[in-house]
Order: sequence, then C-alpha cells, then structure tokens
Amino acid sequence: MGEIILNTSLEAVPLQAFLIVSLIMFFAGIYGFFTRKNMIMMLISIELILNSVDMNFAVFNRYLYPGEMEGLFFALFAIAVSACETAVAIAIVINVYRRFGNAEVNNIEQMKE
Amino acid sequence: MDYTIFILILPLLSFLAIGLSGTALKPRNAGAGGTVVAGLVTLLSYYTAFDYFTTQNVNGVWQSVTPCNFTWLNVGEKLHIDLGIMLDQVSVMMLVVISTVSLMVHIYSLGYMKGERGFGRYYAFLSLFTFSMIGLVVATNIFQMYIFWELVGVSSYLLIGFYYSKPSAVAAAKKAFIVTRFADMFFLIGILVLSYYTQTFDFGVLIPGDASLFGPALGTTFMGVSAMSWAMALIFIGGAGKSAMFPLHIWLPDAMEGPTPVSALIHAATMVVAGVYLVARLFPVYVGFTPEVLHGIAYVGAFTAMFAAVIAIAQTDIKRVLAFSTISQIGFMMVALGVSTGMGLSEHEHGGLGYMASMFHLFTHAMFKALLFLGAGSVIHAVHSNEMKDMGGLRRYMPVTHITFLIACLSIAGIPPFSGFMSKDEVITAAYGFSTGMGVWMTVIAGLTAFYMFRLYYSIFWRKEYKVRDGRRPHESPRSMTIPLLFLALLTVAGGFIPFGKFVTADGTQYIIRLNVTVAAISVSVALTGIGVAAYLYRRDNAYPAHLAKGFGKLYRAASNRFYIDELYLFITKKIIFNGISRSFAWFDRHVIDGAVNGLGRATLRTSQAIRGLQSGSVQWYAWVFLLATLLITLLAIW
Repeated sequence: MGEIILNTSLEAVPLQAFLIVSLIMFFAGIYGFFTRKNMIMMLISIELILNSVDMNFAVFNRYLYPGEMEGLFFALFAIAVSACETAVAIAIVINVYRRFGNAEVNNIEQMKE
Repeated sequence: MDYTIFILILPLLSFLAIGLSGTALKPRNAGAGGTVVAGLVTLLSYYTAFDYFTTQNVNGVWQSVTPCNFTWLNVGEKLHIDLGIMLDQVSVMMLVVISTVSLMVHIYSLGYMKGERGFGRYYAFLSLFTFSMIGLVVATNIFQMYIFWELVGVSSYLLIGFYYSKPSAVAAAKKAFIVTRFADMFFLIGILVLSYYTQTFDFGVLIPGDASLFGPALGTTFMGVSAMSWAMALIFIGGAGKSAMFPLHIWLPDAMEGPTPVSALIHAATMVVAGVYLVARLFPVYVGFTPEVLHGIAYVGAFTAMFAAVIAIAQTDIKRVLAFSTISQIGFMMVALGVSTGMGLSEHEHGGLGYMASMFHLFTHAMFKALLFLGAGSVIHAVHSNEMKDMGGLRRYMPVTHITFLIACLSIAGIPPFSGFMSKDEVITAAYGFSTGMGVWMTVIAGLTAFYMFRLYYSIFWRKEYKVRDGRRPHESPRSMTIPLLFLALLTVAGGFIPFGKFVTADGTQYIIRLNVTVAAISVSVALTGIGVAAYLYRRDNAYPAHLAKGFGKLYRAASNRFYIDELYLFITKKIIFNGISRSFAWFDRHVIDGAVNGLGRATLRTSQAIRGLQSGSVQWYAWVFLLATLLITLLAIW
C-alpha cells in the first residue's frame, strides 16, 4: 500500500508545495504567538510552529534522503520534547490563572522599563 | 655685598609670620614685630648705601653691582626668568627712601591704628608691601620688575580695602587694582615686544645696549612707528598707570579710602613713584634710541601736573588735596625725565640734568609728602573728619603737627632753604633747557602748588576758631605719631643740602649742583605770590573764596568734580562696553552655547522617551523584536 502511495505521489507533488505549507503553518504560529492575549492560545500557536518544523524534517527526509531515517526520528524526538514543554507551560499558566483570575499574558509585565 | 639679600628676605618673613599667626598674635606684638623688622631693613639699607657710595666709585663713575642673580624659571634654552638684586646709584637711593618711609609709617601706625580690628593683618600687609617694593627697585631684569610690580599692586589693593566692611573702600580697592592691572597689560606687551627683539630681559644687557642690540627692533615698523618705540611707549603706559598719569589717574584720589599711614607709604612716597623709577631704570634706552617717546612722556607729565593742580585747588577733603598734589608732583618728575636730552651731566653738558633733577625730586618728595600725609592723619585722628570745614584754628591744639606740616608745605611750595626748593628748582631749570614754554608752564604749576598747599594749611590751622563739640577738644597726637613727623621734618629741612648730583646721575659721573639764580628768583617769587594769595583768602574766614568760586562758575564746579573723568570712565564701561559689547556676547553664551548643551539634553530625553517602549515587559513584544532581528540578520546573510 505504501509503495502505491509513494510511486503515485513522488513525482506528482513537488517539494516546494510541502515547504510552502510548512511555511504558512510556521508564520501562522508566529502570528498567533504575537497577537494572542490568552496564554493557552499562545501555547497552541507554539505547537503549530513546532509541528511545522516537524513537517519540514519529514519532508526533507523523504525527498532528499529517501533511504535514511534520521529525519523521522528527529521529528519523533521533537514531538516528545514539545509534549514535555507543553506540560511545563501549562503549569505556569495554571499559576498565573490562580494569581490573576485569568490566563492573560499582559498580567505578567513586572519587568518593564 | 651679599648681606643685601636680607633686605629682601626679612620683610617677606615678617609678612608670613604675622600673617599666618592671625589672631594668635597679640596686636601689640604684631606691631612691635613689624616695626622691628622695618627698623632692621632700614639699618641694612643705610649700611648698603654707605657701603655702596664709599666703595663703588671707579674713576668717578658709580658702578652697578649684582650681589646675586639666579635663574628662577627656565623655559626652553633661550627664555629664562631670573631673580636677583642689582645695586646701582638709583636703586640704593630708592632703598633708603623706601625703608625710611616704611619705618616711619610702621612707628606712626602703632599710634594711629591702635585699637583697630585687624591690627595684625595691617602690619602683615605693610611688610608684604615693603618686600614687594624693595624687590621692584633691586630688580635685575625687567620681568622680575614686572613680578614685583604686580605684587605691589596686590599689596595696595589689600591695604586700600583694609576697612573691608566699608563699600566705598572695597570699590576704591577694586578700582585701583583694575586700573593699574589694565595699564599693566600694556606694560607686559611692551616687555614682550622689547624682549622678542633683544632676546633678553636683563637690565645688565639692555642698559648698556647699543645699536646692534636694538637694531632689529628699530628696523621693524608697525603702522609707521618702529617696534622699539612701540615697546618703550607701551612700557611707559604701564608706568603711567602705576604713577597715576592722566588719564589713568582716577584710582589715586579714591585710594584715600585706605588708612592714612597707608596713603603716606604707598600712594605718596613709594608705590606711585614706581612708574618714574621704571622710566629712570630704562632711561639710557629711552634717551638713546627713542627720544620721541621721551618727549611724549614730558608732555603727558606736564599736562597731568597742570590738570591735577587745578583740581586740587577746588577740593575740600584734605586727603584728596594731597592725592592730587601727589599726582601733580609725579608729573614734575616725569617732565624732568622727559626733557632730558642725553646722559651726560657736567659743567658743559646739561643733557642729563633732568634725570638727576627727577631723582632728586623723587627723594625730597617722598620725605615731605609722607610728612604731609602723616600730619593729615594726625589732624584727622584729632577731629575725626576729613573735611576742611570741620577744621580750623588747630594750631593752638596741635603744635608739633602744626610746625611739621608748615615745614612740609614750605618745602612743597619751593621756598628756600627747604629740600623741595632745591629739587623743584633743578626740575624747572631742566624744563627751561628743553623749551621756554615748558619752563614757564612748570613755573605756573609751581605757583598753583604753593597756592593750594597753603590754602590747605591755612584752612586746617588758621581760618576760624575750632568749635569744640561736646567738650571734646582736639589734642596733640601721641608720641608714636609725632616722632615720625619730627624725623621726616628733619629730613625735609636737611635733605636739600645733600649733594645729590654727586650720588645719582644718569651715567654715574658726579655733578655739583649749581644754583641758577634767575630761575630760582622767578620760582621763589611765584611761590611767594601763591602763598600770599592763599594767605589773603584763607588766613581769616571771609567771603572772598566763595565769591571767587562763583566767579569761576563752571570751571570751579568742573574742578571740584575732578573734570568728570570718573563719570566718563563709568559711561564708557557701562554704556559702551557692558551694554554694547558684553550684551551680545552674553546673548551668544546664553542662547548658542548653553542652548547647544541644553538641546543635547533635550534630545537625549526625547530619544529615551521614544525607545522606552522597547522595555514593555510584555513577552510577546520581546518575541516580536527577536523575530525582526532574526529576519534582519538572515537578510544580511543572504545578501
């Protein structure tokens, strides 16, 4: 089954298409990180960024190094790390929520000027 | 003659000791210490004169001796400033004069300044002045003379402003210092120009200088006049400031705000003759290479003498009369120097008569003018006022002061056999030698001198009976004040008989003074006329002086107001310099320079306001900036 997908899809979809998708995902994530007030939304944006990076790894692995597996393993690694980091971030968000009553990022501006 | 260094060092040590002990030293001890040092200095000066005038004669010419001369400041190979002591006939004479008058003033002040606040400070300043003046007259080079010139100016400032709580005294001190400092600017420029061309400051090189030394200076011209003439004229301007020549005379009448013994020492006998001494010191240069400057000096002196004499006639403050009299007499000395045509003085050649006459007049004037001032101080001490209207008939109460004052007045009027007659006669003879006009001019001034001095004398001691107020009768001054008066009177009487020509002449040769009977007869009769008119007007109180004053109207009022020269100076400084020139500079300073600095500050504030948003404390903002920076670097890396 996999061979059918590979044989029919490899020449048809160019590399740049995947990269454009990942690029859009990346910048969408960045945009979301910059403009969202709610910290959970910021976390979701961060996830989007990380996912786009993982997609990049997978795509490059497939197109440039078809026989190797490093890209895929690194992507798995990155997903695991992102899960841990999300856990830590949620802990912080909970603390902020307990302190301020909402999870908005402009509560924590003590370090200005 | 190495002991002469002590003449310099002793007053300096006295100044330091009395000055630094401050209130720890009891006034009596400060006075005693200062007087003892002055006495030592006087003894040393007399011994120096004795030593010099008995040993330094070579073939009938007085030699100049330099006991010590060391390099004080070395700037480069050619420029060096020395300090030392040079003794020649004029400086030895000046040493005698300065130390004698200084000692008299020290003794007199023990009585006059008794009980005053700052007694110790007074004696410290007197010692400083003595040190500075002696350093000036024994200078070996013109720069040392300039250094001590300024020191003398400082001492004068400190002493005029002695009563520092009186605003008029403070203003007078400032005026004296600023006017003389202004003149000293020209003096310095003259020194620099002269030493630039001659490559030396030393008198030992300048005085016997010949055409080869002054050639470059004479050759270079600036605006049609040789650099040498410029230099000598500028140096004279410095001397004119210190010696109160017109128009730099304005500080001397105001300097009478200081204590009277100070006026006697500084502003009558010693400091004001520093200008005359300067011209006399450089006399060979003046008479040999820039005679036209010397003529200019004569005219300035003559005008000043007449100007001051006319003003003195209309003054009512006795110290002001004496101040203007001093200005007038220094005019005489300058004229005597200015009318000289050569250095030689002998049976056949009379070119150097003016020099000898000037120095002789300096000597006698110091004695009788100091006597006049100390006598005036005695009178002021008794009646507690400076004005003539508060005096009169004092001869009954103050016999010693009366007689000594009379002797001094006779001397300054030029009555034989007093010393003033001898010296003034020589001056007038020299003036006749220059031109008859100058001789007549000086004779007229001599007549005016006799008139206003005896106006002063009669107004103080005769005129009307003294009104005793609140039972306070004026009494004769204590012995500390009358002894100097008597000593100076003795010198005034005897000084005329000193064969001055044997000691002080321009080229060092000896000259026996001969009396020119015609000139003597004319001047004595003019003087007697002046005295007679003064006696007629002032011996007994009458209405004639007031009538005459009204008759002269505007001229009298102008003379009384010193011909408005002070107002002219105030006008120039306030309206022209302050308003016109200084105002634009002040505007520039406030708006452009301060504006630039303030603008820099404002710009910094504005910039900081603009970028303080960067530290917003918001994480998203920081991340946004981070992203921008990364993109920028990436773009730079690609390109």
